[in-house]
Amino acid sequence: MRVPILKQYDYLVASIQSVLSDEDLLLLRDDLTERVGQYRSKGVIIDVTVLDLVDSFATRTLRAIAHMLKLRGAETVIVGIQPEVAFAMVQLGLTLEGVGTALDLEEGLAYLKQPLKGNLRHAR
Amino acid sequence: MENSAGLLRELVAHLRQNRTQLREEWVRRIREAKLLTKMTDEEIFSEATSVYDNYVAVLETGSVEALQAYARDLSERIIPRGVETHEVLGIVLLLRDVLARSLFKKYQGDFELLSRVFDAYEPAANRIANTVGVSFVDQRERVIRQQQQAILELSTPVLQVRERLLILPIIGVIDTHRARQLTQQLLLGIRNNRAKVVVVDITGVPAIDSAVANHLVQTVEASRLMGASVIITGLSSEIAQTLVTIGVDLSKMNAVGDLQGGIEEAERLLGYRAAPAEETKAQAQQA
Repeated sequence: MRVPILKQYDYLVASIQSVLSDEDLLLLRDDLTERVGQYRSKGVIIDVTVLDLVDSFATRTLRAIAHMLKLRGAETVIVGIQPEVAFAMVQLGLTLEGVGTALDLEEGLAYLKQPLKGNLRHAR
Repeated sequence: MENSAGLLRELVAHLRQNRTQLREEWVRRIREAKLLTKMTDEEIFSEATSVYDNYVAVLETGSVEALQAYARDLSERIIPRGVETHEVLGIVLLLRDVLARSLFKKYQGDFELLSRVFDAYEPAANRIANTVGVSFVDQRERVIRQQQQAILELSTPVLQVRERLLILPIIGVIDTHRARQLTQQLLLGIRNNRAKVVVVDITGVPAIDSAVANHLVQTVEASRLMGASVIITGLSSEIAQTLVTIGVDLSKMNAVGDLQGGIEEAERLLGYRAAPAEETKAQAQQA
């Protein structure tokens, strides 16, 4: 299933609705890198609340998306990683280095709106 | 079979008859072997009496239920006193020995009969020793399980001290099981309280090994995935040395000296600024 991408002022919101296949993820990557230029977006939020499993391919792809979008001039933040998922991910060594994360959509928007790149940004 | 039952009856009568003397002999042997040193002589004597009577009753009826209940009750009383498994097994085996010697003395004239008496006595005695030992160990394990549960319930408070700020004070030794539980509680706490910063205070942790250190690193990572920063406070000098020596990658950890410093740092991250009431009043008036 193709992930819907919503434009919200300067930001794009990709809200994942169901479990994604590898092809869906690659499609999401293509869509986002395309749309960011099209809408001149400053930030992208990828909402993964519904996922109860994030495997290594998904992690790698999400990280790649974040880095690609950075090159296209937009900040990326992944929101809605569930406690069990977060724990499983770190146990597998999948830590999304260099990618912003936030609790949910609201926090993700707040994260992107911060004028200063500092303090609570835990992206490395 | 009938014969063996008859022998057991005879045996029980013999043990009843010589109750006082055999019991005293047994208590003497217990003291000699330096068992139950944590109990007074009177206590040993009165417990010995009960065990003796129960023992004979089992030989008579062949049913271990009463003995089982008694052994459980006895264990419950003596475990908190620090009585060890080997002591309990020791005294039961001593009684078995005392009684066997007495039987030997009584029947030594007739080896044929003696052998049949032992055929009847030994299996029953083994069963008794087995029952008492198992009851004691069961009881002990039950106590251990209860304590584990109690520790588990005490061990993981996740407290909100300010909007968006949680503290997780950890006290006592962390093993893998507990570390996992701590992480789970913390991650759930982050979601439920919508926390942005978490201060994990390990002042009360005496030591840490590499597995637990790595688990801490994982907890920090997992919290970040949920959008929260973790500050670790109260690393003792021993722990700091251990961590560096075993080469844990601490670049991802934000460590502050003590809990106070940790909370101040957290407030700074959240954009709070503590100021004396006078100063804030003056500022309000200026504005």
